[in-house]
Amino acid sequence: MSGFDWIVPVILTVITAATPLVFAALGELITEKSGVLNLGVEGMMLVGAVTGFVTATVTGNYFLAVALAAVAGGFMAFLFGILTLSLMANQVATGLALTLFGVGLSALMGQEFVGEPVEALAKLNIPGISDIPIIGPIVFGQDGLVYLSFVMVAAVSWFLYKTKAGLILRAVGDSHDAAHSIGYSVIGIRYMAVIFGGAMSGIGGAYLSLAYTPMWAENMTAGRGWIALALIVFATWKPGLVLVGAYMFGGITILQLHAQAAGLDLPSQVLSMLPYLATVLVLVLISKDQSRIRKHAPACIGRIFHPAA
Amino acid sequence: MLLKIEKRAEQSRAMVYLTPIFALILTMLTSVVLFHLLGVSPLEALYNFFILPINSEYGLSELFVKGTPLILIAIGLSVGFKANVWNIGAEGQLTMGAILGSSIFIYFHEIDSVFLLPAEILLGALGGALWAAIPAYLKTRFNANEILTSLMLVYVAILFLSVLVHGPWRDPDGFNFPESRTFSESADMPILIAGTRMHFGTLLAFMAVIGAWIMMSKTLIGFQVKVIGSAPTAGGYAGFSQKKIIWFALLFGGAMAGIAGLSEVAGPIDQILPSISPGYGFTAIIVAFLGRLHPVGILFAGLLMALTYLGGETAQINLGLPLAVTGVFQGMILFYLLACDVLVHYRFRLNSFGKAAS
Repeated sequence: MSGFDWIVPVILTVITAATPLVFAALGELITEKSGVLNLGVEGMMLVGAVTGFVTATVTGNYFLAVALAAVAGGFMAFLFGILTLSLMANQVATGLALTLFGVGLSALMGQEFVGEPVEALAKLNIPGISDIPIIGPIVFGQDGLVYLSFVMVAAVSWFLYKTKAGLILRAVGDSHDAAHSIGYSVIGIRYMAVIFGGAMSGIGGAYLSLAYTPMWAENMTAGRGWIALALIVFATWKPGLVLVGAYMFGGITILQLHAQAAGLDLPSQVLSMLPYLATVLVLVLISKDQSRIRKHAPACIGRIFHPAA
Repeated sequence: MLLKIEKRAEQSRAMVYLTPIFALILTMLTSVVLFHLLGVSPLEALYNFFILPINSEYGLSELFVKGTPLILIAIGLSVGFKANVWNIGAEGQLTMGAILGSSIFIYFHEIDSVFLLPAEILLGALGGALWAAIPAYLKTRFNANEILTSLMLVYVAILFLSVLVHGPWRDPDGFNFPESRTFSESADMPILIAGTRMHFGTLLAFMAVIGAWIMMSKTLIGFQVKVIGSAPTAGGYAGFSQKKIIWFALLFGGAMAGIAGLSEVAGPIDQILPSISPGYGFTAIIVAFLGRLHPVGILFAGLLMALTYLGGETAQINLGLPLAVTGVFQGMILFYLLACDVLVHYRFRLNSFGKAAS
């Protein structure tokens, strides 16, 4: 038994590394399914991270912290919506602008909180059950957001494929002109999808600053928003596969930490490159098969909708 | 709806030039509110941001020092953006340009030759271009999205720089600090005006502006870039290869970013440090858009963004404002620009309720 003592801590850290990706990628998945490409995930995560952290530090209320992080992320996405949906700006450029703005804004908001510690998000602790070897800490010893992330995967799946609203959302993403002509409000639906995406990114960001590394540092997302975008391509726009992909990436992130601890004779920076290189590799492997991408990608993604009067 | 947005038959040329100015005005107005919230007098803050930094000859020269990398990179990116090639990894290409460009000095630091600096610049361009060749290859061969691949490579490049500075490239006489040896005189970018930090790189930036202008308006490749960007199908009929343009846009953008990186480490920084850019590669994206993807526009936009860096520093020293204000300001201006751009392609019409039948 003692030889496998390392397994539980490794799995626990993989979960914390994967959870922010699950939130951000699921949110963006809904946005993209409605036909909108928001490249501002990184910026929205950062604003969510700093909002959550500041709220938790000032009020000590973690529920409020996560809620406000979602609101902040949603608000950033709303700005993106005004530009791309109402003012018909280019989605790629606006998404980049959102990220650049989010980097600056979060740095400004958090500048007095850099390096301050905060207590990590509380973990479930059921006396007796959470102490069961292996299964106890992994299944019954997580924080609320981890459980919520799994609930959200199921909820998003159910929404997209089992509800009428989900069908309408997909219709808007696949053919906005057809959806418009049967009377659906393409712009209204896209606003909701974009704001949902922002709120989820905000929660993902808050998970970073409240649970993964309970502190705030400028640019602490370190590209996770972009990795989340790549995950959606990897998952061919399927919520279940997003979960698989996020845990794979969580695993790679943690692998580098443990390889370092195990005394692998490589500069630590080389191992830190792994998640980024893995993202490139995954993109290449998936994009190779264009017919598969075309089959699953929302047909209207990135295209501007302007109803002809 | 009372206000109706109508598509213009042709884009408004007047608006193309006016919207950057609108965006600047809106940004200024918003920053008045922001400064007020931060508890400083908005007028004093604006003075510290936009006037004080360039109130002296030295200040003006610093504007060109900071503007040089921005203009160089934005010129490179603008060609790609025109062709709808979204290289957003210039920060990584800058880093690799700085690394390969300075490698010749690091390994042969006793060399004292007039050819050393030209060799550095060429290697800098090569380093950036090679790094950008990866997304180009992955895009043309496997259709991998260049936005994501070029960005991921930024992190890889910065980590690689860190490996070098903390390891083999550390100055042997540097008390173990993560710094390389400082550039020798013949490896340095020559200073253009004594008493300032304005260096040869600024001249390169001006040459890039003129060169890009000629390339985009007078050469076949410039024409192909424009056609592929605005009407890819037409470009296909004309026999222009989309793959070739993707390669060209990325290699050119990478090379320019590489030169910018080298001119930073062989110029104002004078050595290799773990961090060699305050995000010039990303700010240059804003510069390219604000300059309307036109070389002359980029020149002005680059200087304006350089001013926000200087202004941020001045306001930090004089008013205790956080340096992050610069980033907010830069993000805001791009936001407003994209919002105002609706005026280029669309016009607003007031619908009168009585006769609005359409």
